[in-house]
Amino acid sequence: MTALASPARSHHAAPAAETVAPGVVLAVRDMTKLYGPGCPECLRQTGPAVNRTTCPVCGTVVACAEITFDLKAGATLGIVGESGSGKTTVLRCLYGDTGPTTGVATLLTLGQPGRDLFTLDPQDRRRVRNFDIGMVYQTPRQGLRFSISAGGNVAERLLAAEWRQIKRIRDRAAELLDRMEVPLSRMDDMPANFSGGMQQRVQIAKALANEPVILLLDEMTSGLDVSVQAGVLDLVQEIQHESNIAVIVVSHDLGVIRLLSDTAMVMKNGCIVERGVTDQILEDPRHPYTQLLVSSVNS
Amino acid sequence: MSAPGHTLPAAAVETAALPGYNYAFLDELSKKAIRRATLKAVAIPGYQVPFGSRELPIARGWGTGGLQLTLSLIGPGDVVKVIDQGADDSVNAVNIRRLIERTAPDVTTTTETAAATIIQSRHRIPELKLRADQIMIYQVPLPEPLRVIERREAETRRMHGEADYSRMWVALYEDIVRNGRITRAAGYPVLVHHRHIMSPSPVPRWDLPPLHMAENLSLYGAGREKRIYAIPPFTDVAPLAFDDYPFAVEAFPGRRCALCGSETTFLVPTPDEHGQSYDVCSDTDWCAANRQQKASEA
Repeated sequence: MTALASPARSHHAAPAAETVAPGVVLAVRDMTKLYGPGCPECLRQTGPAVNRTTCPVCGTVVACAEITFDLKAGATLGIVGESGSGKTTVLRCLYGDTGPTTGVATLLTLGQPGRDLFTLDPQDRRRVRNFDIGMVYQTPRQGLRFSISAGGNVAERLLAAEWRQIKRIRDRAAELLDRMEVPLSRMDDMPANFSGGMQQRVQIAKALANEPVILLLDEMTSGLDVSVQAGVLDLVQEIQHESNIAVIVVSHDLGVIRLLSDTAMVMKNGCIVERGVTDQILEDPRHPYTQLLVSSVNS
Repeated sequence: MSAPGHTLPAAAVETAALPGYNYAFLDELSKKAIRRATLKAVAIPGYQVPFGSRELPIARGWGTGGLQLTLSLIGPGDVVKVIDQGADDSVNAVNIRRLIERTAPDVTTTTETAAATIIQSRHRIPELKLRADQIMIYQVPLPEPLRVIERREAETRRMHGEADYSRMWVALYEDIVRNGRITRAAGYPVLVHHRHIMSPSPVPRWDLPPLHMAENLSLYGAGREKRIYAIPPFTDVAPLAFDDYPFAVEAFPGRRCALCGSETTFLVPTPDEHGQSYDVCSDTDWCAANRQQKASEA
């Protein structure tokens, strides 16, 4: 390893389960993702104050810097910000598509001691990804396998959870697809032949197959037209009301954040610049960037 | 760092019968390297151990993996049987047997399953139940059972490492949805010791039940793909299947061997000189023994 900049600013230890507020399922502390060699100046020389994400000293890109937040069961956290602000990086680190450079994310599921997602061995990490966390990507191609049927895509998660009865698997897949309003007559069709909205609904069905504790939604509706967007958002709201699932919604669309999330964070240049109750942020933005964001939508 | 008194094996043990060639063709260090890989394979059932596949006087893809395992293991007193699709008399089997006879003169060869200490095979397991003192060696063309769903080697190795087999199961699910059953015939994937998915080499499904809790050691060698893997004795071997779509071997309802009359063996269609096709036992040694027994009873 290179002399990796342990970031210059303060550094918390992993929070023990008892120091986390009750009801929290995911406690993220100081999560930083660097692309490049890293140097002690990286975090000081980047961020919203200087309006850049590339360290002028070593050329490292700081994708997200010292991200800290708690996610409670049944709550929905929105992350809003311009493209390149690090929103998706946060989700990708949590889901395990990539790993952060430093930081801790403690998963607190029922009856289990807190587990740091970033230090689990690959086999356990995969179990968390299969059982505890579901992810819906911006483009269906990232979340679905186009070479297998829609039902097979949902079945993949169930098979990972060691379901070994075709009838039960098909019943469960049908139940999920039906709830997502995907016609059952198309269950054995290839997702490539589906409309964009239907592909996204299959993706949601797949993400929910094993009843995860946390659902990550990454720009889920960005590629859809407005009426289809509304349908998908309705479905997510139904899921929120029916279950105790914790959701993180990433979007550059303030309307989506307002509709779905109770609390929100605003990101810019890899940093969180403002956080709080969603309505409050949108009605009374404090940070200049949030003010710009809100005013550009309202005007 | 060699311990005091430790000596490397002589690099060459020349055979009297064939001057210029080492005993059992391969040089001693190569045999040692192959045995090392074999030991690792036995220690991790179903895991594919990479090894440096050697040049042999037969082409890669014609059983060089199995042959290297055989050559690395044989010694004085061993009795070797070589079969190809169940038959001892096919060209490939005969040539491999001749190579062993010429380069290892104190090793005898046989066609009789019960008499063999080492059985090298392509595509079949003998019908006769194998004993603990016998070693079964398989020639493997494609060792990677996940290759059908993933072409990148780095990715299949990661999948094995993390036991991330859901895509393999989805492939079977899709097969059932499309065809009403699992259509894989030869090389049907098995789960070894509850951990690794393994290709049993292109044996028919018929040959999979004997692998489960077998008394004998099974070794698999892929010469072209440079992999060795193993099923140690008394290991759990489960063909991948679903509770409501259980694994089933090939069935031959109402058919019997035209030569020995057996109804309990794996049959293969064989043409006669008139262009007619009839069923015979795939295992020629078993068939011959069966005929002999019936003749002596009559």
